[in-house]
Amino acid sequence: MRDGGSLDGRGIAWLAGGGDEGEIVLSTRVRLARNLQGFPFPIRAGVEDSGRILDRARVAIEASDSLREATVWKIDDLDQTDRGLLLERHLVSRDLVERQEGEPAFAALALAADDDLGVMVNEEDHLRLQAFNAGFDLDRAWRRVDRLDEEIGAVLPYAFHHEFGFLTSCPTNVGTGLRASVLIHLPGLVLTKEITKVLEGISQVGLTYRGLHGEGSEVVGNLFQLSNQTTLGKTEEELVDHLDRVTGKVIDYERSARSVLVKEAPTVLEDKVWRAYGILRTARSLSTQEMLNLMSGLRLGVSLKLIRTPSVRTLNEILVLGQTAHRSRAVGGSLDAAEADVARAAFVRERLAAEDESTGTDGPNGERN
Amino acid sequence: MTDDMLCDECGERPAEIQLTTIEESEMKTHHLCAVCASEKGVSSSPSAKAPLVDFLAQLGKAEHQESSREPSEPCPYCGTTAADFRRTGRLGCAECWAHFDSRLRGLVRRLQGSAQHVGKLYVHSGSEIGDRLAELAGMRRRLQRAIETEDFETAADLRDRIRDLEASD
Repeated sequence: MRDGGSLDGRGIAWLAGGGDEGEIVLSTRVRLARNLQGFPFPIRAGVEDSGRILDRARVAIEASDSLREATVWKIDDLDQTDRGLLLERHLVSRDLVERQEGEPAFAALALAADDDLGVMVNEEDHLRLQAFNAGFDLDRAWRRVDRLDEEIGAVLPYAFHHEFGFLTSCPTNVGTGLRASVLIHLPGLVLTKEITKVLEGISQVGLTYRGLHGEGSEVVGNLFQLSNQTTLGKTEEELVDHLDRVTGKVIDYERSARSVLVKEAPTVLEDKVWRAYGILRTARSLSTQEMLNLMSGLRLGVSLKLIRTPSVRTLNEILVLGQTAHRSRAVGGSLDAAEADVARAAFVRERLAAEDESTGTDGPNGERN
Repeated sequence: MTDDMLCDECGERPAEIQLTTIEESEMKTHHLCAVCASEKGVSSSPSAKAPLVDFLAQLGKAEHQESSREPSEPCPYCGTTAADFRRTGRLGCAECWAHFDSRLRGLVRRLQGSAQHVGKLYVHSGSEIGDRLAELAGMRRRLQRAIETEDFETAADLRDRIRDLEASD
């Protein structure tokens, strides 16, 4: 186990893309909420208890096979930009890095050397064990986090109740403490206005959705996080399988919607994709929201082969590295909103131009003007 | 559950309901408090949070009407009150689950559709370090409460036992 250090390149392996259904499902994650016996939950824990919880978590992390080589960052030791980096990379929740004044310190993140397994310490619960991977692979994420859970739970006694299961601070997490989610891109369903029906259907079968940055975040760029709504009364495998099956159906619906668009409105579709590309390739100022929305058009175009570049990797990289904290870190300072928009536009222009050059074309599809 | 988010409409009360609309093929998500949502005529029935809000509202009423009965006492372990839970939606410790059991059972059934865990079973099979850490943690907690309630005799006893246990490293 290592303490702190640079965040450069950490936790972004999934940006390389790939994985099952990688063009529609960006990433998959499974997390387990766990609390230790004998300590109040973080909302009630004072400084001393929070420190002891982190100490114990470190003992268990060090003792585990899965996280022996992990790096542990204390959130207090990170500046605002670094905290933003973690958030933009989806490694932590807003709750963990945006501590209110008076809230206990000792919030921390442990991240495995291979970046696809981690623990948030002293978030809403003492421990949030999480596994992530690129594309659509719930089974792998579940198996990894389950194994980590066995290892940590063998060292630290968890708060467990024979009826309520694993006890959590919020009753919406109790039982398995499991939240499985997929980050999925659904522009076809949004453009065909089928999305409301699909989202209603999802909520009727016990699933829910959120925006890019999880709980309470806006849906932007047609990116949805689908996850299980309930955590009690079903086994972990049932919860994971259910999300797996429903996501499979949503992918099918999205594909059909795209086919309809290609068939019924090819010009509108093509125009949308190329306009998105045109703005991204030339704009001098881009807000995060505008970037995410335009990137959705471009991603759709790449997926439908209406446009040849950029690659999925570049699409993913722009999505994450184009956000404000990443742009701030790139210039070694902190940018105000207007400066960030300018820096973001420059970054996007460069990345898209580089891809065109490296593929040896003057423009996508090799078109020469 | 994120409770720090404020209602988009009034900017005062915590947002409890997520309303999704589609305007010019852009999805928009609005976060509303229960009051503003009902003013906009939004029914909150499919929302996951709605039962929690309902339940918490009932909890408030019940406490008002039956103030002589439970659960006016805070959790004996962490001091969380029913009002705290109503405000934050979060329990303060594992003991809260026992203390507020009768009320939580109904809430959990409504939120989760079940009140019986059927997933992984957990028995901490006594790694020595784990047992000792848990015992120590519990004793430290009791010590703190003893000091708070000025029960110095218990406090002194606990302090000695903690010292012994720590020394047995």
